[in-house]
Amino acid sequence: MRFRAFAAVMAATVALPCIAQAADLEVTHWWTSGGEAAAVKELATAFDATGNKWIDGAIAGSGSTARPIMISRITGGDPMGATQFNHGRQAEELVQEGLMRDLTEVAEKGKWKDVIKPSSLLDSCTFEGKIYCAPVNIHSWQWLWLSNAAFEKAGVPVPKDWNEFVAAGPKLREAGIQPLAVGGSAFQVNGLFDTLVISLGGTDLYNKVYKDKDEETAAGPEIAKIFAAADDARKLAKGSNVQDWNQATNLVITGKAGGQIMGDWAQGEFQQAGQTAGKEYSCLPGLGLNQTLTTGGDAIYFPLLDDEEKSKAQEVLAETIVDPKVQVAFNLKKGSVPIRGDVDLAAANDCMKKGIEIISKGSTAISTDQLVSADTQKQKEDLMAEFFANESMTPEQAQERFASIIGSAD
Amino acid sequence: MANSVPSRTRSSAPPKAPSGRPNQLFRNLHSKIALTPMILVASVIFFGGTIWTVIYSFTSSRLLPRANFVGLTQYDRLWASSRWWISIENLLVYGILSLIFSLVIGFVLAALMDQKIRFESAFRTIFLYPFALSFIVTGLVWQWILNPEFGVQGIVRSLGWTSFTFDPLYNPDIVIYGILIAGLWQGTGLVMCLMLAGLRGIDEDIWKAARVDGIPMWRTYLFVVIPMMRPVFITTLVLIGSGIVKLYDLVVAQTSGGPGNASEVPAKYVYDYMFQAQNLGQGFAASTMMLLTVAIIIIPWAYLEFGGKKRG
Amino acid sequence: MANVSTLNATGASMDAVKTELASGPRGKRPKRVMSGRNIMIYGILGLAALYYLLPLYVMVVTSLKGMPEVRLGNIFSPPMEITFEPWVKAWSQACTGLNCDGLSRGFWNSVRILVPSVVVSIAVASVSGYALANWRFKGSELFFAVLIVGAFIPYQVMIYPIVIILREIGIYGSLTGLVIVHTIFGMPILTLLFRNYFAGLPEELFKAARIDGAGFWQIYGRIMLPMSLPIFVVAIIIQVTGIWNDFLFGVVFTRPDTYPMTIQLNNIVNSVQGVKEYNVNMAATLLTGAVPLFVYFVSGRLFVRGIAAGAVKG
Repeated sequence: MRFRAFAAVMAATVALPCIAQAADLEVTHWWTSGGEAAAVKELATAFDATGNKWIDGAIAGSGSTARPIMISRITGGDPMGATQFNHGRQAEELVQEGLMRDLTEVAEKGKWKDVIKPSSLLDSCTFEGKIYCAPVNIHSWQWLWLSNAAFEKAGVPVPKDWNEFVAAGPKLREAGIQPLAVGGSAFQVNGLFDTLVISLGGTDLYNKVYKDKDEETAAGPEIAKIFAAADDARKLAKGSNVQDWNQATNLVITGKAGGQIMGDWAQGEFQQAGQTAGKEYSCLPGLGLNQTLTTGGDAIYFPLLDDEEKSKAQEVLAETIVDPKVQVAFNLKKGSVPIRGDVDLAAANDCMKKGIEIISKGSTAISTDQLVSADTQKQKEDLMAEFFANESMTPEQAQERFASIIGSAD
Repeated sequence: MANSVPSRTRSSAPPKAPSGRPNQLFRNLHSKIALTPMILVASVIFFGGTIWTVIYSFTSSRLLPRANFVGLTQYDRLWASSRWWISIENLLVYGILSLIFSLVIGFVLAALMDQKIRFESAFRTIFLYPFALSFIVTGLVWQWILNPEFGVQGIVRSLGWTSFTFDPLYNPDIVIYGILIAGLWQGTGLVMCLMLAGLRGIDEDIWKAARVDGIPMWRTYLFVVIPMMRPVFITTLVLIGSGIVKLYDLVVAQTSGGPGNASEVPAKYVYDYMFQAQNLGQGFAASTMMLLTVAIIIIPWAYLEFGGKKRG
Repeated sequence: MANVSTLNATGASMDAVKTELASGPRGKRPKRVMSGRNIMIYGILGLAALYYLLPLYVMVVTSLKGMPEVRLGNIFSPPMEITFEPWVKAWSQACTGLNCDGLSRGFWNSVRILVPSVVVSIAVASVSGYALANWRFKGSELFFAVLIVGAFIPYQVMIYPIVIILREIGIYGSLTGLVIVHTIFGMPILTLLFRNYFAGLPEELFKAARIDGAGFWQIYGRIMLPMSLPIFVVAIIIQVTGIWNDFLFGVVFTRPDTYPMTIQLNNIVNSVQGVKEYNVNMAATLLTGAVPLFVYFVSGRLFVRGIAAGAVKG
């Protein structure tokens, strides 16, 4: 039966080079924008070259649209060959239920423990000593993107850090420029706040709040300072009537806004607009202050399958993902940082190089997605969305609620 | 006329079986066979699924449903959440206004269409076509038209009226009305269609009688025709009502619940907590509250309407 | 709707009943074309039509503009230079991940999902509605009440239970499974629709057929079906629209090779990164909406004909 089906596929798709082990593998993901799709293509091409076939199952609309579909498919007993999740705890329970494939052998063969940097990426894939996913890339949140033209127009030098940026705010307003561009969706203000915590408050404070989930610290004076800074950001952001993060980035690109706090994926937008780092725009990792980046990103998980050929193909895909050449090709297109420290990214632009340097120095922190549950993250998003939209909410009120969220966080 | 009488007459087999009454189970057998799918759906899917949801709302289920019971914890958290309160408030405003406007606009349009007008089919198509477009798209188009920079506000301003302000989607106080405008645009056409079908079912003699008696037209509509269209109104009410409770896609497409939390709705709370926050327990608790509210309103009414004695 | 039947003479022949049921528009016949009343009617209808047409105008106009012109910002201005490129792109070039063949990819899948789902759901619902209206038995109304409450349950909540049920039956991921899901969620409204409609038909009709010895299915096929064109049209409109535009079930309960068109639409409209191509979005929207629109147009004529056929004598 299987042979006959296979023969039909063969007839339809001309010839595949290696008949013995080849299998079709359906991969679901939410990498659908131009740059992302180009990156996936690199991955798919490399996988196809092994004689297998990548069946693309892209679902747009960010992870919150795609994830329920993936989870339903896996729990419904009709799993795909491989699927994207973010680094962290999104697939935790699927692994616990035994629905995911153990990749420990592949990982040992490829010496993942030695090559994957930072090691926290592999830790997120590990459950009871076994490895269940292949990390793909690293994204960091702590970037301030600035429009050089906007500051020129306002007659102030381009800021070197967040404090200078805040100081330049009134001048920008006078020149009719929106100081800080922030889109309306909740994840943006939530990410902005977390960035303030680590970049202004320092890595220790960040770890105390999100890693140790210390309610006292969350209610204490150091976080109060962060909320005061968030209050500044709120004032600077007032009037940016946009929804999506890339529309906000577009305000910076066109010089209508002075700056934006957004993850390194924003530079794909600058690139697409034909702008060069240092010329039309500037970037400040760690907001120009604490030079530490959090290492979030994506990983590929492999559901447990009955089909032996497909299981073999899963292993091949896992190897392909971690392969140095694929890592370079994928991440250059995606604008993210490779998961291994031993590859050369000479083709990267200035901003990306800054990021790679910081990460290779080991000045990293674990991303909030890995530290706290999606549930806690969502509650924070609700709070931040309300705080940024509702000016009658004081920083003190917001901090009180923040502390209670951290107190009950897991 | 009492319902039980005709339906029993209808359902009993013609009196040809000499050996007394047939077995209760086999009475009306074809009808029972025909209704099997409905009974299965009602009991297994809707009733069963609801019970399942309610049970798991008392657990701490995260990504996957698991039976670790935690009592009312999820409910305590739900009612302590300011976002949930905002959601309910929004749904109330949207629901009441949407109900009133849909019925009024739908009925008035249908009544006008029923005046032997020309181009009836053109008008009907115009009023109905928005229903063909998905909410994702409806939201997108109206987001555009209501955009202060290049939508209605921008156009009016460029005509010289510079102080004109109309930016519902960016003003937390009125954002829900911005969603209402789009919702009505999409849904009233179908209401009109249903009303029209209902009006066409009214007997010509009624109108003749009213005309003979010299009753003005609006009174005939209000006191004779509308009461006669009761079943149509019921269908429409269920249709609009269920649409209101399930309001989700339109909000996501137009505002994603923003600015801030200002246009959040309960169905979105349920979805966000089930899938984004991966906290099934919390999502189930919220949906249980929604269901409970619906049940409190619907069940007494459904009982009177369908379980009671009158027909239609 | 006891009123209708009581108004009819008890011994009315079937033809007469049929005629009365499907008679045409009411109200006074217009005497002069330009009467004040007419001006008011057409005035209101015209204004309403403007409100309904404005977004369509914006969509069409935008879909015919190039991106540079879209960026200029005036959404109401007609295109300076008409281009069909966005349409071509939306239909055959827009990318979903690695597959850059636009909406065309999912079109036939959507049709394959639509046809059986619409047919099955309407067939089941019309028979249920008929049984509920004319052949009640003890308890049937109770289940119906539960069904109506089911109409108010957000779909998302039911995903997990249904995934589990379909998995246990072993049809998860198949077209059959998806058709069943669409039938389930279409059932409350459709059954209500048919039940009310059939209950509104004159009872004499039913009684006469019973006396002639017709059974359950005979009455349904020979008497009820031919009389229910308008309500079938309404049901078709609701189902075609709902199923064609459905995204959630299509993506959860099928596999990528059978994904419906809405997934490509979603991917085109919701693409997070890069410049939003509003013109392609609008073209994609109009292309996706074309099928329901076409059905409205065709069924709208049926609707009129169904009514007009009876109105000749009325």
